[in-house]
Amino acid sequence: MSTPQTGPIVKAGGAAADYVDERVGVSKFLKKNLTKVFPDHWSFMLGEIALYSFIVLLLSGTFLSLFFKPSMTEAPYHGSYIPLNGIPMSEAYASTINISFDIRGGLLMRQVHHWAALLFLAAITVHLLRVFFTGAFRKPREMNWLIGNGLLTLGILEGFAGYSLPDDLLSGTGLRIADGIVQGIPVVGTYASFMIFGGEFPGTDFIPRLYIVHVLLIPGIILGLITAHLMLVWYQKHTQFPGPGRTEGNVVGYPLFPVYTAKAGGFFFVVFGITVLLSAVASINPVWLFGPYTPTEITAGSQPDWYMGWLDGALRLMPNVEINAWGHTLSLNVLVPSVIIPGILFTAMALYPFLEQWATGDKREHHLLDRPRNMPTRTAIGTMSLSFYILLWIGGDNDIIATHFDMSINAITWTLRVMVFVVPPLVFVITKRFCLSLQRRDRDKLLHGYETGTIMRMPSGEYIEVHAPVSAEERAKLLAGHTYRPLELDREPDENGVLPKRKPLDAARARLSAFYYAERIEKPTPEELHEAEHHAHELEESYLAQIEGGSAPAGSEHAPTRSEH
Amino acid sequence: MSSDSHDLVSADDAAHPENPLAPGLPEHKLRRTDIDPRAAKRAERQVSLLFVIGALTPIIFFFEYVYIPSDKLIHVPLIGDTSASNFFLGLTMGIGLFCVGAGAIHWAKKLMPDVEEVSERHQLRGTDAEREEAVSQFNAGVESSGFGQYKMIRRTLIGALAATPLFAVPLLKDLGPLPGNKLRYTLWAPGVRIVSDVSLNPIKPEDIPFGGLVSCVPENLAAVEAATGNLNARAKVPVVLVRMRPEEIRAQQGKNWDYQGILCYSKICTHVGCPTALYDRKSHHLLCPCHQSTFDLSDAGHVVFGPAARSMPQLAITVDAEGYLVAQHDFTQPVGPSFWERG
Amino acid sequence: MNGRNVHADTDTPASVSAKLSARRRHPLAGFLLLAVALTVMGGLYAAVTGAGTASAASTDGTPQEIAQGRALFLEGCASCHGMNAQGGSTAPTLIGVGAAAVNFQVGTGRMPLAGPSQQAKRGPVQYTEAEIAALAAYVASLAPGPAIPSAQDLDYSNASLQEGGALFRTNCAQCHNFTGAGGALSNGQYAPSLKYATPQQMFEAMLTGPGAMPVFANSTITVEEKQAIIKYITTIRTSPNPGGMSLGRLGPVSEGLFLWIVGLGSVTAIAVWIGAKTS
Repeated sequence: MSTPQTGPIVKAGGAAADYVDERVGVSKFLKKNLTKVFPDHWSFMLGEIALYSFIVLLLSGTFLSLFFKPSMTEAPYHGSYIPLNGIPMSEAYASTINISFDIRGGLLMRQVHHWAALLFLAAITVHLLRVFFTGAFRKPREMNWLIGNGLLTLGILEGFAGYSLPDDLLSGTGLRIADGIVQGIPVVGTYASFMIFGGEFPGTDFIPRLYIVHVLLIPGIILGLITAHLMLVWYQKHTQFPGPGRTEGNVVGYPLFPVYTAKAGGFFFVVFGITVLLSAVASINPVWLFGPYTPTEITAGSQPDWYMGWLDGALRLMPNVEINAWGHTLSLNVLVPSVIIPGILFTAMALYPFLEQWATGDKREHHLLDRPRNMPTRTAIGTMSLSFYILLWIGGDNDIIATHFDMSINAITWTLRVMVFVVPPLVFVITKRFCLSLQRRDRDKLLHGYETGTIMRMPSGEYIEVHAPVSAEERAKLLAGHTYRPLELDREPDENGVLPKRKPLDAARARLSAFYYAERIEKPTPEELHEAEHHAHELEESYLAQIEGGSAPAGSEHAPTRSEH
Repeated sequence: MSSDSHDLVSADDAAHPENPLAPGLPEHKLRRTDIDPRAAKRAERQVSLLFVIGALTPIIFFFEYVYIPSDKLIHVPLIGDTSASNFFLGLTMGIGLFCVGAGAIHWAKKLMPDVEEVSERHQLRGTDAEREEAVSQFNAGVESSGFGQYKMIRRTLIGALAATPLFAVPLLKDLGPLPGNKLRYTLWAPGVRIVSDVSLNPIKPEDIPFGGLVSCVPENLAAVEAATGNLNARAKVPVVLVRMRPEEIRAQQGKNWDYQGILCYSKICTHVGCPTALYDRKSHHLLCPCHQSTFDLSDAGHVVFGPAARSMPQLAITVDAEGYLVAQHDFTQPVGPSFWERG
Repeated sequence: MNGRNVHADTDTPASVSAKLSARRRHPLAGFLLLAVALTVMGGLYAAVTGAGTASAASTDGTPQEIAQGRALFLEGCASCHGMNAQGGSTAPTLIGVGAAAVNFQVGTGRMPLAGPSQQAKRGPVQYTEAEIAALAAYVASLAPGPAIPSAQDLDYSNASLQEGGALFRTNCAQCHNFTGAGGALSNGQYAPSLKYATPQQMFEAMLTGPGAMPVFANSTITVEEKQAIIKYITTIRTSPNPGGMSLGRLGPVSEGLFLWIVGLGSVTAIAVWIGAKTS
């Protein structure tokens, strides 16, 4: 194989490539995939932020693991941080203080690790919202949606485990709460609590166990799921927004090599760089100020990291319902906010693609994304759930809000207790109405063109605003998207005239489908578009004629006799 | 009627690949760098500058690492007094990484081709022929394995496969002991002195003023902690001593469990276990900062707000022969969060 | 000034007065007058009321001090606290609260309180140091109570910073937060930030239990322990933040907010840049 260039590097590159290809056949893979096309929209990069944050976590975490001691053995501290000198603390906490003050770059890496963790989960959240609101979870991507849900759940657990490792006062309190929740689980709660902690709380086994969960078990599973997640995206190809030239049968964008290699690779460095810059200028988790964990101390304003805030808020808002009967206690005040509500939310979220598919009866593949307005019920369900989540989130900060806005914490709690029931349905209704009216507006644009802002005064004195037809690209965008209609699950008699038995869930399915799609704005049919264009044309002619001297009254249907056209 | 590009497309098929009138890819617009070689050269210089910055920052980082002591402080505007090491190391590394990334992105945006390419999607599922082949291979394999033919093997297979994961169940048993009745008892016992936390001084009734609050532990806690090497006992024993005028005490959990208006209550919240030590001496409410459970210590520790369902357990106290406050006996109910077997 | 020549060349009294009156008509004259008036009034007010905190004074007041204190009391405090400081429906009794309580409450500007329903907030001090001393002496004369801490009481130079930290975290952090940034209590009350408190005020607050705060008498938290706590608070509230901006030292809430706005915001902005069409 002779190549045009014969410089030494290329020669060496060629030899190396040859070596690998002889053994692994990498050229077969490369030939197909170097020019793989990826669509270019900024909202498709949100998942990448999560991916790169994960890599940053792995790198910074490896550094930290070289210095952190996952042990709860108590000993007095002797190190550079003077206010804690001589104070008894666990080795885990002492090694964390050591990393922060005595290892050069240690505090930086601790902060990078923690900021990256917060960013990882924030990116997953916005990525999830993008996927949900654009309907990217539809066939063939339901499995990827499930994998993503799994990544979110594991990420939350991993973050909780991570910030609990230093055994400081704030995170230790969080572990106490976790133990209290586990203890409250019916039948197996106390057994589970004793098994997890190796006996009573806090014991001496928990931090070493948590360490292995945090550095080996969960990251391993996350890595596996991320790999599966990316492989699916690779194989199924990324979705794209509808637009000129984009169909269900193609992907429009830029090739992997060189454009996406540069953009995505560059983005990794940017995310890493921004995380490090954050760590240079903003303090996070200053554990030396909290002090070591001891079960007798606590600080005002105890909150978990942001991604657990909604759970803490749920715990705060739940009324104190507990059932004591026949020698047993069922702590609904603990179980509902920390087990039942998250269980329902996560399950509903995971099953959503299947639920929607059941309601639409749509078994086709979808590679073009929806505009959120075109799926009003789905969008409204999304904003409703988000509003519920945000209210719980705010509930978790109620004491910070009370001190900063000079309000009563009790009043805030009661207000939120009411709002979590009142606000989400309201948000649902408002969102759905808003989407439907946006769709009406789109329909108007298709039929009557867009308002140019040019006002003309006719000789007769009438003011008109000139409308212009939308461009072909815009029209394609406005017409894109399928208008679903409620499923009609009518039974038809078979060849012997016998009606088949009604399937048990059909009635429910029909109702769900009606809930989704009964209220809809139909896209204009070709005939309607044609008719509208014809009408617009006639109107234009009539105005032109008026301008050119005809005195026909405004709104005349008929073309005047004099026409320059 | 119309004869030009206003031809209509069917509503659902605006983007249908077969529709000859669906608008194709928009016309490609050239960038400045495509037209103007000077602009391209400028972009090249910009990208290279960014890469150079990225390449130089590890060297600067090295010197900062070596020469900035880890305890040196500097004053940075908007940040205040902060660690010079953290600030400079982070700034250098952050800027370096950022510039490398920005350089690559800038290169892609300005100089690499930005002509949109179209790639066809392939059918995700296998072709009918492939499917048939797969199914027939599978069936052949099942048949040759004898799975259909050898009934006994079929029936015992499931048990064999379940064996491996089932080993984990007993193996995990020794993660922890059985709870037994450990949750029902604490270190408190008849005659155990109440000492202040941290200073470990025993307390006489006259030491506590009206409106006073003392966070306390049993006197033998330090010895137990030294012997066991863990904080387990400490997690259940913390109490608060509060003093109010005897006429302000409306109810208690037992007769004569106070001492001259001094009441002793557990400090561990009955919701999920946070230490509850925010005492309002006017209302006699004890507030937990975690989820705002509020207990009225003048009314038998009754819950007045928040998610806790049970009153705060009270510890009966009295004084010993030398006049120091002691416990009469252990708590008469488990302290801390509820559990299934609590009763 | 109709008819008067306002552009006289020589500096006769008439011309000076003419120049002045010209300047009176300058557009900015009104603002200048207002600024001068405000400055004068403000200065008078400051001179009359005085500012700053009370220093430790002997609480064994002289008869004149006690009499002056009573007079001041009747004028500014009796309407809520009763003519004999016995308290009322809106204010507690002051009999037995001691000079330390008066020094704290009046010295931090919490008292006199504008309205009975609020939690008393730190604010501008309404009395001079001498007046505060007089009020304190008067209240101390009513019944024995906690005395104003002496200079020796407040000398924390030999106190243990580490012990102070442990005591602070056990007795104070649950209301005031781990660095004294303040925290919420029930029904709109709050434990204030300790940023502005002087060592004397900290001592007096622990000793007298202002408002909802419990009383930490010297018999339960000794003078040495109080010194340690004060040493810890004064050290930690000005301690550097080695990791960067402190974000209020409020914990994960402000950190999460910062991440969403600054962190995710900046990264998303870069993503938008990447996806934008290049011209």
